[in-house]
Amino acid sequence: MYQYTDKDQTLINERVDQFRDQTQRFLNGEIADDKYRALRLMNGVYVQTHSPLLRVAGPYGLLSSAQVRKLASIARDYDKNFCHFTTRQNIQFNWPALERIPDMLEELASVQMHAIQTSGNCLRNTTSDQLAGVAKDELEDPRPYCEIIRQWTILHPEFAYLPRKFKIAVSGSAQDRAATHFHDIGLHLVKNDLGEVGFKVLVGGGLGRTPVIGQVIRPFLEKKHLLSYLEAILRVYNIYGRRDNKYRARIKILVREAGLDEVRKKVETEWALIKDQLELNEQSIADMRVQFADPAYADITETDASYTNSLANDSAFNTWVKHNTEEHKISGYRAVYVSLKAPDSPPGDCSDTQLDALADLADTYSFGMIRATHRQNLVLADIKEADLFALWQKLDALKLATPNIGKATDMICCPGLDYCALANAGSIDVAQGINDTLDSMDYIHDLGDLKINISGCQNGCAHQSVGHIGILGVDKKGVEWYQITLGGSSENDATIGERLGPSVSKEDIAPAVKTLLEVYVEQRSNEEEPFLDTFRRVGVTPFKEKVYAAN
Amino acid sequence: MQLIKNKALTQDEWAFVADDAPLNADYNIVSLDRWNQERDSLIKQNNLGLRLESDVIIEDIIEDLSHFSLIELFIPVFTDGRAFTHSRLLRSRYNFSGDIRVNGDFMLDQIIYLNRVGISSFVLNDQDSAEKAIAVMDDFSAFYQESVA
Repeated sequence: MYQYTDKDQTLINERVDQFRDQTQRFLNGEIADDKYRALRLMNGVYVQTHSPLLRVAGPYGLLSSAQVRKLASIARDYDKNFCHFTTRQNIQFNWPALERIPDMLEELASVQMHAIQTSGNCLRNTTSDQLAGVAKDELEDPRPYCEIIRQWTILHPEFAYLPRKFKIAVSGSAQDRAATHFHDIGLHLVKNDLGEVGFKVLVGGGLGRTPVIGQVIRPFLEKKHLLSYLEAILRVYNIYGRRDNKYRARIKILVREAGLDEVRKKVETEWALIKDQLELNEQSIADMRVQFADPAYADITETDASYTNSLANDSAFNTWVKHNTEEHKISGYRAVYVSLKAPDSPPGDCSDTQLDALADLADTYSFGMIRATHRQNLVLADIKEADLFALWQKLDALKLATPNIGKATDMICCPGLDYCALANAGSIDVAQGINDTLDSMDYIHDLGDLKINISGCQNGCAHQSVGHIGILGVDKKGVEWYQITLGGSSENDATIGERLGPSVSKEDIAPAVKTLLEVYVEQRSNEEEPFLDTFRRVGVTPFKEKVYAAN
Repeated sequence: MQLIKNKALTQDEWAFVADDAPLNADYNIVSLDRWNQERDSLIKQNNLGLRLESDVIIEDIIEDLSHFSLIELFIPVFTDGRAFTHSRLLRSRYNFSGDIRVNGDFMLDQIIYLNRVGISSFVLNDQDSAEKAIAVMDDFSAFYQESVA
């Protein structure tokens, strides 16, 4: 993985000093609240319901074991012994004291981590595919480009005060696992007719209050022009993006109001003027790719006998392998999902003990690296098949082996009313209610691939509008109600979910989900047809009739 | 007001003149409206400055740039980042070599960015610490992007 140069380290150290000074001046009353707010947000500090929250950047989701151990020690020393993995592959601490945040940042900087631009109206952390570099369906590893983009975005002097936040995702695989259709800019590594690899560029996607699927602004961009094209889009957005209404300020609204053709024309005009100045040379790309070169994989030609044996004789292990591991490009290896969705734990939360143990497991089995996924799980990407059984036993003992990846209880869930000052309604307790309803693992497996996403407000941090079942908390005169959408997807077949009908009360939400799942089982053409396909085939009506008749 | 230029607290003759006020003898900064309306007389002025609001379309004024020895970018509220692009383009694309001044509601903590996009002088209000404003310009020694200062 990428190792900081002296320059990278100097920059984040100086950022710690700068934020320490800003915070001290605020505590001394020398900076007004609204101004310090902008400054702290650009360093990932929110002021939440109970205390400030610190959001740490997980660059394209990739973490070293040393970094994970640091997260564990910070959770112990500054928080309540846990942290939370977010849908943008970032890490949140929910209980720090404001005056100690500069010390946390200093600790993070010691392991090449920071919280720069994890919030605020600026260029945010670039996200990617959690299987980058190991996926079988990958054209090229997207992470070198993510790192190039990361460096370009950090403290960009021209684009630090944008109309609104700006998010970029990069995917290098046939299957989109990075939700690139729902980012301000989505980049896909693709091959053109000449066999050259470059980027398809999407613009104007986003979730939140107004979910929009990104559109192709340029079908093929040569790699060397990556930064100049991004800069052209950002410059057009900085000048022409709306600043009169924060709910109309994302680039998706500019694209909607001006039209894609007009935005493209402006971008291409701007780009023509700068494309030669910001060109990435082949050597700099090659050097960055070396940073993400394959680890020293063993040459495995035969399937390990003990692995085959365990698969045949231990059904719990077999089930876990089936649901929580993924094919690997190297024979004899698999990528392992570490489920942060145990039934009795808030989705995405991880304790200090679990973090420390995971760091050890990564060192023992997976070249010392761990990835965070946008569905709030973790991945140990390079596990020998021969090691899977031992790893499974250890993960199981840590409650990190719930075999539910991509299933009904692998819910994406925002912190909701429990932590978030923006929330209208609880989300963790809704996830808990659904978990209680779905208490049979066999039933969960029978339901197959199912993405349930739960957000506590319209900001949509949990991507409810692209959940197969999306649940959105709304406030009705101080009471928590929930809107349900069906049929959303953030993958290649990007779709925004359709409203089921009127919102349901808190006590009815778990039973409503139960009813939806019963309708699916009843309606599916066979046991292999996934929920999303059934919904697309039969439409919303049968679901609607049952839910509103029953509740 | 306090003026920072070349990392020092300084003073100069430049002053913004309201549209309905008479011009000073020299060193006037005028609005774009006034420039458009009184162009023929203003053109005879020595040392003319132009104030640009953040909603200006910078390309519209480029042909007139040679008439000005100072451009003042006025930031209405610190969250409005358009002046950052305006300054960068004036400096690097349109090769404006005169003083680019920033005025309005910007923060001390934005000065380092403003400096790197080509702003060469800063109008602070009296509450701001000039010493601090100068110090923050050196908050960073490492950068990923080029500077057009």
